[in-house]
Amino acid sequence: MTELSGLFFYLVSVLIAGGIYALLCLALNIQWGMGGLFNAGIVGFFAIGAYTSAILTTPETAKHLGGFELPIFAGLIGAAIIAGVTGWAVARICVRLKSDYLAMASIGIAEILRLVIVNESWLTNGSLGISGIPRPFGEYTAGRPADLVFLAYVWLIVLIVYLVATRLYNSPWGRSLRAIRDNEASAAAAGKNVERFRTQTFVIGCAFMGVAGALSAHYFRFLSPSATDPLLVTFLVWVMLMAGGSGNNRGAIVGALGIWALWSVTEIFTNRLPPEWATRSSFIRMLLVGLLLQYVLQKFRAGILPEKSPPLHFEDEAERPAPEK
Amino acid sequence: MIRLEGICVDFGGLRAIDHVSFDVGAGAITGLIGPNGAGKTTAFNVIAGAVRPTAGRVLFDGEDITGLKPYQRAQRGLARTFQIPHEFYRLTVLENLMAAASAPEGENVFNVVFRRRSFGAEERAIYDHARETIRFLELDHVRDEKAGNLSGGQKKLVELGRALMRDPKIILLDEIGAGINRTLLSKLADKISALNEEKGLTFCLIEHDLDYVSRLCSHVLVMAQGELLTEGTVDAVRNDERVIEAYFGGGKYEAHL
Repeated sequence: MTELSGLFFYLVSVLIAGGIYALLCLALNIQWGMGGLFNAGIVGFFAIGAYTSAILTTPETAKHLGGFELPIFAGLIGAAIIAGVTGWAVARICVRLKSDYLAMASIGIAEILRLVIVNESWLTNGSLGISGIPRPFGEYTAGRPADLVFLAYVWLIVLIVYLVATRLYNSPWGRSLRAIRDNEASAAAAGKNVERFRTQTFVIGCAFMGVAGALSAHYFRFLSPSATDPLLVTFLVWVMLMAGGSGNNRGAIVGALGIWALWSVTEIFTNRLPPEWATRSSFIRMLLVGLLLQYVLQKFRAGILPEKSPPLHFEDEAERPAPEK
Repeated sequence: MIRLEGICVDFGGLRAIDHVSFDVGAGAITGLIGPNGAGKTTAFNVIAGAVRPTAGRVLFDGEDITGLKPYQRAQRGLARTFQIPHEFYRLTVLENLMAAASAPEGENVFNVVFRRRSFGAEERAIYDHARETIRFLELDHVRDEKAGNLSGGQKKLVELGRALMRDPKIILLDEIGAGINRTLLSKLADKISALNEEKGLTFCLIEHDLDYVSRLCSHVLVMAQGELLTEGTVDAVRNDERVIEAYFGGGKYEAHL
């Protein structure tokens, strides 16, 4: 019985982290899948969101800026705003860059942000981190039931972000954005203000990445610079989107859950390795995920759920033959 | 409608266009011809704003548009097609045309998320316009295909369709006929003259096939090696010594290989 409930709560923890990854993946899908913006600094915006929400919601302490003790939802909104504003500043500088150069610039920016977090200890308590970050409804629940509450909280936000992403996709705005992605010169020749679209896209994506970061801070209740590992955030999210289907919101969620499940399962597998191999386990997992991505991309080039043009609702009326005269 | 004044374009050390001035008359179909490397496409890029001239001015309906970006010029009623098809390859043909239309309500990101009703009527009108244009271009059978899967000739038609979706005052056609079979080309010529006569749409087109140009254009501009050689009716320029030299070699305009 205990083993069964242990398994159940293992599944819950996988789904919570999977939900946070789903948010990141949806955000990246807006930027890359729809907008063609190669953001290789996801972790930077994730970290901004995490620290913003942590600072806004924790009680007063001498160790770092804080003591606002705002409700968690306000923390999430603050995270979205600060990450979005940072995204806007980055976009002002970088949005004109072509995709590969944007990738380089965003890696650099994420690295700068990480160094700021490590070194500005008045703000973030440096490498010691921020502790005592509250969980939503933490005053009512504790222990395992709290995980269930948090699971629902995370997936509610995933649902909201999914609905927003779907509306963005299925709209003239999304169509023009995809047009810009496919061919910038002819989109400009069709009167599209490429820079404005790209800036909006980048800001929206970064804001959602910030929300994901905030949720992870509330989940672990503790935040330190080690949470801003590009390997675990940027790299993994890219793998998820590629595997799930770039340009497809459902594909982004499927990819996030699928890859995260595999990542978690490989942990069980690598934990059973003999001790002399244990130190190498993280590389082995990387290798496995890389191999898997290779396989998926060979088999399904556009991901498991490829991009699909949104339906047009006028079809039936227009198909009707004209009335006879 | 379009006036170039003393345009120079330098690409590094190469002077692609050297002090070129000409007019594209409103309501006419003007041809821009000349041998390869004459600067025709560069001239188009200067008009459309994709290339900034080193010197000179571009006027559109009397207004100086030299400093405007391509999208601003497009919003003022200037449309173009590209020599190499620039289709939105992951969008369907219908979406390609609809994406080209101007959609101020539907491209507002706030409306898209919070006020879905605000752009329904606009979208409906764009859809109808796109369907009509697709029918006009006889692309109905590939309407829901991804544009990237079309043939070269069909992509050219999509290019033209997107330009038409802008309801422009002038369309610049850069070798719209290249790579299109004769039958389709002849149909396309009919459509271009129909648009010109019925809707009064102004065209400026680059084309290598002189018979095709003579069929469509009343007025022809001839460029060679970055200069405007001459202009006039097709028959007049055909018999011009300098034009023959530029096309067939000899004299000043012989290609230096």
